[in-house]
Amino acid sequence: MASRDRDAADPAGQRELLSAGDVARTIARMAHQVIEKTALGASGASPVVLLGVPTRGGPLAERLAAKIAEFVDVRVPVGTLDVTLYRDDLRRKPTRPLGATALPPGGIDDALVILVDDVLFSGRTIRAALDALRDAGRPRAVQLAVLVDRGHRELPIRADYVGKNVPTARSEEVAVLLAEIDGHDAVLLRRPEESE
Amino acid sequence: MTLVIRGAKPYGEGDPVDLLISDGVITDIAAIGSLEGDEVIEADGLVALPGFVDLHTHLREPGREDTETIETGSRAAALGGYTAVFAMANTDPVADNAVIVEHVWRRGQEVGLVDVYPVGAVTVGLKGEKLAELGTMAKAGVRIFSDDGLCVADPLIMRRALEYTKALGAVIAQHAEEPRLTVGAQAHEGETAARLGLTGWPAVAEESIVARDCLLALHAGARLHVCHVSTEGTAEVLRWAKGRGTQVSAEVTPHHLLLDDDRLNTYDPVNKVNPPLRTANDAKSLRAALADGTVDCVATDHAPHAHQDKDCEWSAARPGMLGLQTALPIVVATMVEPGLLDWRGVARVMSERPAEIAGLPDQGRPIAMGEPANLTLVDPAGRWTVHGADLASIAANTPYEGMELPGTVVATLLRGEVTARDGKAVR
Amino acid sequence: MKHLLSTDGLDPATALAILDTADGLKKTLLGREVRKLPTLRGRTVITMFYENSTRTRVSFEIAGKWMSADVVNVSSGGSSVGKGESLRDTGLTLAAAGADCVIVRHPASGAAHRLAGWLAEAGTSVINAGDGTHEHPTQALLDAATLRDRLGGIDGRRVAIVGDVLHSRVARSNVHLLTALGAEVVLVAPPTLLPAGVENWPVQVSHELDAELPTLDAVMMLRVQAERMHGGFFPSAKEYSITYGLSEARARLLPEHAVVLHPGPMLRGMEIAPAVADSARAAITEQVANGVHVRMAVLYHLLAGEEDGS
Repeated sequence: MASRDRDAADPAGQRELLSAGDVARTIARMAHQVIEKTALGASGASPVVLLGVPTRGGPLAERLAAKIAEFVDVRVPVGTLDVTLYRDDLRRKPTRPLGATALPPGGIDDALVILVDDVLFSGRTIRAALDALRDAGRPRAVQLAVLVDRGHRELPIRADYVGKNVPTARSEEVAVLLAEIDGHDAVLLRRPEESE
Repeated sequence: MTLVIRGAKPYGEGDPVDLLISDGVITDIAAIGSLEGDEVIEADGLVALPGFVDLHTHLREPGREDTETIETGSRAAALGGYTAVFAMANTDPVADNAVIVEHVWRRGQEVGLVDVYPVGAVTVGLKGEKLAELGTMAKAGVRIFSDDGLCVADPLIMRRALEYTKALGAVIAQHAEEPRLTVGAQAHEGETAARLGLTGWPAVAEESIVARDCLLALHAGARLHVCHVSTEGTAEVLRWAKGRGTQVSAEVTPHHLLLDDDRLNTYDPVNKVNPPLRTANDAKSLRAALADGTVDCVATDHAPHAHQDKDCEWSAARPGMLGLQTALPIVVATMVEPGLLDWRGVARVMSERPAEIAGLPDQGRPIAMGEPANLTLVDPAGRWTVHGADLASIAANTPYEGMELPGTVVATLLRGEVTARDGKAVR
Repeated sequence: MKHLLSTDGLDPATALAILDTADGLKKTLLGREVRKLPTLRGRTVITMFYENSTRTRVSFEIAGKWMSADVVNVSSGGSSVGKGESLRDTGLTLAAAGADCVIVRHPASGAAHRLAGWLAEAGTSVINAGDGTHEHPTQALLDAATLRDRLGGIDGRRVAIVGDVLHSRVARSNVHLLTALGAEVVLVAPPTLLPAGVENWPVQVSHELDAELPTLDAVMMLRVQAERMHGGFFPSAKEYSITYGLSEARARLLPEHAVVLHPGPMLRGMEIAPAVADSARAAITEQVANGVHVRMAVLYHLLAGEEDGS
C-alpha cells in the first residue's frame, strides 16, 4: 500500500524513497542506535558532539539531538562543520559559496564527534570533513551518521549509522528534502532524463 | 611621353572628362574618349582632386628609422593621395639647422614619391629657450617652423619668432600646450580620465596658448598656424581671432574629427595621442569648424611608433598614431558622408588651403589646363578595412585597426608621374 | 570570475559573495591554532610590486599562504622588474613559469588591465593591488567588510570619503563599490583635490567637513601624500589639517555609532588626530585584519572554481 505509492514513478522521473513519516521514524531509529553505541546517558560515557555537514547535515544533526534528548534526557552539543574549503573537486564546479562552521561552545577536543550528513555517496565529502575536523580540533574519536547510503564509494569510508541503504545507479540522484530548508520532508530518487 | 586620365570627374562635378598630361602639366581637358596619350588610366568616373598636402607629419628620419623612414613615409603619403608632406622637426638630431633640413629635402627627392618639405625647429633643440637659425633654414627652403611635440611656451620667445619670420616669408606652427597645465598629463581632462585615474590634459591648456598666440600674432602683424586643434574652445578662439583680422590658420587631425575619449576604457595606448582624444562634443564642434573654414585644413599628425612603445602600460606609451593612409577615408566618413563638405570642400581642406598656408606655388592648384599635374583619383564608393600590418609605414600603430572605412585612393600623380596606383606605391 | 581589476562594473551580487566568503573564512579561522586551509594547494600566486607597500604585499602573502597556495614575491629591488624589463615581458615570464595568479601593484593607471590582456592566452588571473591613481579594489572590499561588521550593513548608510580624492585609487574603488552596495557617499575635499566631472559621479560633494560629520555612519580619511603638499593643491599642511583633518573635537560631531576608517599608512596629526585613530570608533586595525580575509576570499573566487574563461 504505502510502498506501492512510494515506488510509483511520477511524471518527472522521480520516485519517493522515504516519506515524511519515514524520515521521522528513521531519525528516531538512528537516535536509538547512537544512544546504544555511545552508551549515552550512562555514567562515565565520553562526551558526544554532533556536527552536521552543511547544508542538510545541520538540521539533521539538530533533529538527532532532539530525539536523543527525548529518549535519554541528554543534551548533546550540536554544531556545523563546513567542508567546502577542504573539497578536492572545487575546480570542477563553479565557485561554491561557503557554508557555516559553528563548533559548539565546548569545542570538540577529546569528544566523540559524530559527523552527520544526508547522503553518503563517493565518500569524498566525508574525507574533506575529516580534514576539516583535524584543523578544527582533536576529537577522541569520529563516527559518521547518514540518512541515506546510496553506495558507489570511492574511498575506504563507511558510516556507523545508516538511516536507509538505497541501491542506486551512478547516474541517478538522491535528493533529501527537509522541512527546515525545503518546506517538507522526503527522500527522492531522481533518474536522469534520458533513462526510459 | 603623354598620359591620359580617361573619364575622371574633377571635384566630383559634372560629366566625366579626359585629362591629358604631358611633361608634368595638364595640357588638355576634353570630353570623355576624345583624348589619346602614350599611356591611359581608366578613371571610369573616379573623383579627381588636386594632390593632398599634409602640413604635419612625422617621418622619424633621422633617429627612429626603426619606426619610419623618409622612404616608407613617402610610400604611405603617396598611397594616401598626398603629393607634398611637411616632415616635423622633432627628429634625432633635431632639424634645427640647415644641414638636417637639406638632408630631409634631398632624401625626399631621391625617393621621389612625394615632395617632402622639412619643417625647421623654432628653437635650438626644441628647448624653447633660444631661436634656431631660422634665416639660414629659410634660405635652405624651410617654409614652416615648429617645435611640434613641444610648445613654444615662453611668450617672449614666441613673440620674437613671430616677428622674425615675417621677413622670411615663413610661418610659425604652434603646438599649443601650456606646459605648466599639462604636467604628467595622460588624457583629456574630463570624466573618462578621472574615472580611469589618468592625469588630465585640460582643454584650457590648448585654448589659453592659442588665445595668447593670436594676440601676439596680431600685435606683431605676423602669421600664425595652429597645429592639431582639438577642442571646441580653440575653434571659438580662432573664430574670434579671425574676426578681428588675425593672420591665423589652423589644422585639425582626422583622429580628432572622428574619435573621442570613450576609446580610453581599454587603456590601449594606440589611442594615446597629443593633444589627447577629446569628447564627442569637441569632435562634433571641430567638424563644424572645418566645414565653415574656422579651421582651415586637415593635417595628419602622422606619428609612427615602435610596437614596444605602444604595447605597454598607458603612461609609458608614446603619444601619436599613424594617419597618412587613413586621412582621406576619415574625412569622407566624418565630413563628406554627413554632407558637411562636398568634394570641392575636400580639395580645399586637404590640398588648396594647406598649400596656401605653406606657400607652395605648385601644389593645391586648380585642375585646369596649364596647371601642374599633382592629382589624386578617389573612388568614393570604395571601402576598405584597415590593418596596421598592411600599411606602408614600418610602424603599425593605427587606431582604426579592423575598421571599414569609405573612400579609396586609386591613383596619385606627382608632376604627371604616377606614384601610387591601386593600393601599391610605384617604388 | 577570472580577474579582479576594479570595482567599477563589479556587480553587487559578486561583491557580496566575496564579502560573504571573507566572513566565512574569518569565522572558520577564528580562535584556531592552525590558520591554514588546504583549498589552494598546488596553486602558484605571484605578487609583483612595482611600488613599495609592505602592508598590502604582506596581506596578500598571508592570504595566499593561509589558503596553502605557493606564494612568490617579486619586487622591484633585486629582480628584472628593476632592470628595465617591460611589465609585459615580466608578466609573460611569470605566467610561463607557472603562475596561476599574478597580483600586481604598479604606478601606472591601467597596468593591471593591460597585464590581464597580455596574460589572457596563458590563462593567468590578475588581481589589481593598486594601479596608479585608478583603483585598489581589494582595499574597497576590505573597507566594505569592515563597515558591514561595524554597521550591520552598507545599504542606506552614509559614508564620507575625506581628502585627496583626485589622486586616490582607494577613493575611486570605494565610490564604485559602496554606491553599488547602496551606500550614500559624500566626498569631502577642497576643489583642487576633486576629479574633473565629479558632479556626474553618483556621489555628493562637500567642502565642509563639520557640516557632514553629524549625518555620517562612517568617515574614511584618505592619506595626504607629501608631494601634494608641495604641488600647490592646498596652501599648507597646517591649513589642510585645520580644514580637513579629523581632530578630536571634530570626531565628537560624529554620531555615537559612526566608524572611522583609514586605509593607512596614517599621518597622525595631519589628516587624523592620534586620539581619534586610537579611539574605539576607529576600525583601522580591523581593516587590516579584514584585509587578509577579503584577499583570501578573492583568491578563492578567482582560483578555486572551475575555469569559466570569463
